[in-house]
Amino acid sequence: MTKIEFLMSLHDKLAGLPQKDVEEHLSFYSEMIEDRIEEGSAEEEAVSAIGSVEEIAEQIMAEIPLTKLVKEKIRPKRRLSIWEIILLVLGSPVWFSMLIAAFAVLVSLYVVLWSVIIALWAVFISLAVCSGGGVVSCIVFALGGNVTSGAAMLAGGFVCAGLAIFLYYGCVAATKGMGQFTKAILRGIKRCFVKREGAQ
Amino acid sequence: MDIQLKRGLLDVCVLSAIKSEESYGYKIIKDVKPCIELSESTLYTILKRLESADMLTVRTAEHGGRLRKYYRITDAGIKRIEDFKTEWKEILSIYQFVTREDENDDED
Repeated sequence: MTKIEFLMSLHDKLAGLPQKDVEEHLSFYSEMIEDRIEEGSAEEEAVSAIGSVEEIAEQIMAEIPLTKLVKEKIRPKRRLSIWEIILLVLGSPVWFSMLIAAFAVLVSLYVVLWSVIIALWAVFISLAVCSGGGVVSCIVFALGGNVTSGAAMLAGGFVCAGLAIFLYYGCVAATKGMGQFTKAILRGIKRCFVKREGAQ
Repeated sequence: MDIQLKRGLLDVCVLSAIKSEESYGYKIIKDVKPCIELSESTLYTILKRLESADMLTVRTAEHGGRLRKYYRITDAGIKRIEDFKTEWKEILSIYQFVTREDENDDED
């Protein structure tokens, strides 16, 4: 890969970032390649020493704040005409409330997912409490002379303890999965901004 | 290594590379190489962070018919290195305390 090919490829991958940031990254990597060539490396060698374009672009995207991407996206590419501004203002009761509603629906979907996990943990806690309660009531019944009921309580307690241990691993896995899902959503949103920009 | 800790160490490492005289990207990477392997993309992030924290200044100068960015340390940057040295003494004494405990354990 030549220097130009590397820079072109990086330029394409960074579409969606503010123009100033893209230029800064490109001049940084261009300087790095030039310096290696100056030191005696062949051009291909100098480019491959920098690493793969995909990895670099991935790291840049991971580090750029989402707010910066959004700001860049909603910044108009040209000045709006007076009629467009009037329409935007007059239409604002409609599009603004629809935008908020759509956003609220998405957020509530996300909250629902977390509620499922909270519910799982609640079941786990109640099972754990029940297993403790089973043992305690077993002792109470046994002291009262009712051995059969005591044994039944103890058995119930053990069943609850077993289920609680089982569920604990499920809960941990679900919480971890949700964490990864959140990260994936953030990455997806970022990528969404970049792709749309690149397609224009 | 803990990410936050590593980030702080890399900052000081880069500052130290430009402490005696201003330097440029590729030279910084070469200079810190004996101590730590630094990728270009990581260096970019560090330089940006240090610049926005006013610990270094950047100037663009002509070099061999092209432009090159030179990084110069500021007083705040020098102070960061000095702070690091002080902090490190504390960390070292904690380390010695922790390892002494280990030795006692071994003797038991």
